[in-house]
Amino acid sequence: MPTEAPPAVVLEKLVRRFGERVVLDEVTLSVPSGQTLVVFGPNGAGKSTLLRVLATLLRPHRGVVKLLGEALPDRAWAVRSRVGLLTHESLLYRDLSARENLRFHARLHGATDERVEELLDAVKLRVRAGDPVHTYSRGMVQRAAVCRAVLHDPEILLLDEPLSNLDPAATELVEPLIGRASGRTRIVTSHDPAGGLADGDLALGLRAGRQVLLRAAADVTVADIGELYR
Amino acid sequence: MSATQEPRTTTTRAAIGALLRKELLLERKVPQVIPAMGLFSITTFVIFHFGLDQRTVEGPLAAGVLSVTLLFAAMLGANRLFVSDKEEGGFDALLLAPVDRTSLFVAKVLSFLAFLVVLEIVMLPAFTVLLLGPGPSVGQFAQVVGMLALADLGIAIIGTLVGALSIQTRARDLILPLIALPLLVPVIICLSQGIAPLLAQEGASTLAGRWPAVLGLYDLIFGLLAFAVFDFLLDD
Repeated sequence: MPTEAPPAVVLEKLVRRFGERVVLDEVTLSVPSGQTLVVFGPNGAGKSTLLRVLATLLRPHRGVVKLLGEALPDRAWAVRSRVGLLTHESLLYRDLSARENLRFHARLHGATDERVEELLDAVKLRVRAGDPVHTYSRGMVQRAAVCRAVLHDPEILLLDEPLSNLDPAATELVEPLIGRASGRTRIVTSHDPAGGLADGDLALGLRAGRQVLLRAAADVTVADIGELYR
Repeated sequence: MSATQEPRTTTTRAAIGALLRKELLLERKVPQVIPAMGLFSITTFVIFHFGLDQRTVEGPLAAGVLSVTLLFAAMLGANRLFVSDKEEGGFDALLLAPVDRTSLFVAKVLSFLAFLVVLEIVMLPAFTVLLLGPGPSVGQFAQVVGMLALADLGIAIIGTLVGALSIQTRARDLILPLIALPLLVPVIICLSQGIAPLLAQEGASTLAGRWPAVLGLYDLIFGLLAFAVFDFLLDD
């Protein structure tokens, strides 16, 4: 009898505060392995904080957070090599080239230089790979950041508006790495209701840190998402 | 995507190597720390040269000028130590890596130590030319260099520890010297007391053993302390 894969991400009544301000207020959800959760919400709703908690960069203040069966923050060390994070910041050193940045991160993650070249090829950055990152366009920086996020072949991807700054051609290039086709479990924040719903299996709506919507993406309409922003 | 089930970790040695290489590469490509410290120290010697209205200094005065200049130049370097990591988001990338966070501490101490050594390669000839009286013998000079090496280690440890703390604050330029300078007073006392007789005209030919011993003990204690608490400084 086939057994169902355990969920890749489990949150039970997750609370996170900054000082007195509650940024995530009893968020509860479960994301099955290989599926995509799309997170919607206006600015300040807690989307980026949710990703940072899942990335082990912020500690949960209350509640249960489990990634790949490992409870955070106690077992954070055990999941770091299995999670990839793509944020608004590229997390690349501007004065180093894309190749130097990626080789540095490859060494930290135990990946090879061949993997770096493979990724530079995949996002068509090889020609400019030796130039300092500060000379790149925003789209090129984003492509290099995508390479950094998937360098270690993570099982879970945490993507904060991953397609911002990317033109349609670049979006196609990164799709096999961070898109649905990658086969990874993904938590994606988005401000694009139609695009986000089409990309996701589950939709989460946050407003002021509170979970106001959690359904299968197929059961959510663009109008439902629009309500979050009113 | 591979079906990875076990967490991968990078050995501490490999992580230190990668981090150290990155630090040196960044400084080579965009020199910030070494030129700032070098220019500061030479300018300070020039100011002392005219400010003290003495063509040469020796003994405790020479030791004091050298020690204090090294200390303040090092503060400039410590202030820049974590700036590129913080401003360019590198801190988060480091925290996401499956490496022991003390690797970062060790790599930063080693890189800062290397910057201080380069500083002294510039600073000592400038000090000799601009301020120092009749030169010490090779043996005396070697002992001064030995004391500087011990002091450098203490400065690198404290500079890295306090640099990591202050970078998390808005007023890092203020916080770093306010915390680091009092912590480094013992280093400066040992260094200046230790090398003063060596820099005196017809001074002692050998160093009093207690000063390097105290400096070594300081380095050991603060090295272990920093190693133990560094992880918590980076934590949320």
